[in-house]
Amino acid sequence: MNEMVDLIEKEHMRLDLPEIGVGDIVKVYTKIHEGDKERIQMFEGVVIRRRGGNTRATFTIRKVSYGVGIEKTFPVHSPLIDRIDVLSKSKVRRSKLYYLRNLRGKAAKLKEKRV
Amino acid sequence: MGIGLLGKKLGMTQIFIEDGSAIPVTVIKAGPCVVVQKKTVLNDGYDALQLGFDEVQKVKRVNKPITGHFKKANLPPMGFLREFRVDVEDLETTEVGGEFSVDIFEPGQFVDVTGTSKGKGFAGVMKKYHFKGQTATRGTHEFFRHGGSIGQNMTPGRTMKGMKMPGHMGSKKVTVQNLKVIDVRGDTNILLIEGAVPGPTNGFVIIKRAVKKPQ
Repeated sequence: MNEMVDLIEKEHMRLDLPEIGVGDIVKVYTKIHEGDKERIQMFEGVVIRRRGGNTRATFTIRKVSYGVGIEKTFPVHSPLIDRIDVLSKSKVRRSKLYYLRNLRGKAAKLKEKRV
Repeated sequence: MGIGLLGKKLGMTQIFIEDGSAIPVTVIKAGPCVVVQKKTVLNDGYDALQLGFDEVQKVKRVNKPITGHFKKANLPPMGFLREFRVDVEDLETTEVGGEFSVDIFEPGQFVDVTGTSKGKGFAGVMKKYHFKGQTATRGTHEFFRHGGSIGQNMTPGRTMKGMKMPGHMGSKKVTVQNLKVIDVRGDTNILLIEGAVPGPTNGFVIIKRAVKKPQ
């Protein structure tokens, strides 16, 4: 990539958010605009994927709600993310945890990484 | 009419705007564009400014006529030369060797960008003209990606001119109209333009004010 493009991307990156990795259990607080009102919505789950670099990076969170799997993808550097809480980190041996989609209950649990 | 800029496409990325949405932008290095020649009605039959962009790194690769052309203007040889038709008043206020930079554009303005599209080689009608091809089943064989009929029988007894058929695609001059300028950076001569512009990365482009938007 051209270094000028790289510089422009770096300008739009958010460095105030915590570093998140695949396997982390996180809570993402996003700002939602409704008319002229703004509220904060929370989404909690396990990070199953990180892709892209610089401003184009996204991560996907998976949770199981009332027996239905839900996945939501966020841009890592979006200004609409209010804050991210990292609840725990897990020991994972894959960069993409797609295999969790075929597992449910206790089998879908990840081993916690103690730091 | 009116002056434009010559530039080089550096690549695409996405940036976030105030309302939080991500928009695709093309990064273009536009300028400094130097006036290499002034063309006048008296001399050439029309009024125009010839701009040069992108100084040549290896001067010995420039041929003699081009070297002489730049020597006349007392400038180093440049890789990209284009003319812009201008009004007489603009012609009088500029001198050979004068520079134009990105500050002739401002954020929010609309521009037309011209470039040479990426070459696709010899392409079939499905890729080139978005024909539908033929059905994959019901007895079709060796005819899946073909066009249909190319004409009638005895009358007219020939294929019409301009019939869409396979052939070379791309490497053509293409203009994309009404692209929004997102950001102008005077210090580095960088323009951020919303959406895609024709051509490959490092391809030359011409940026003009949008003809179909009121200024």
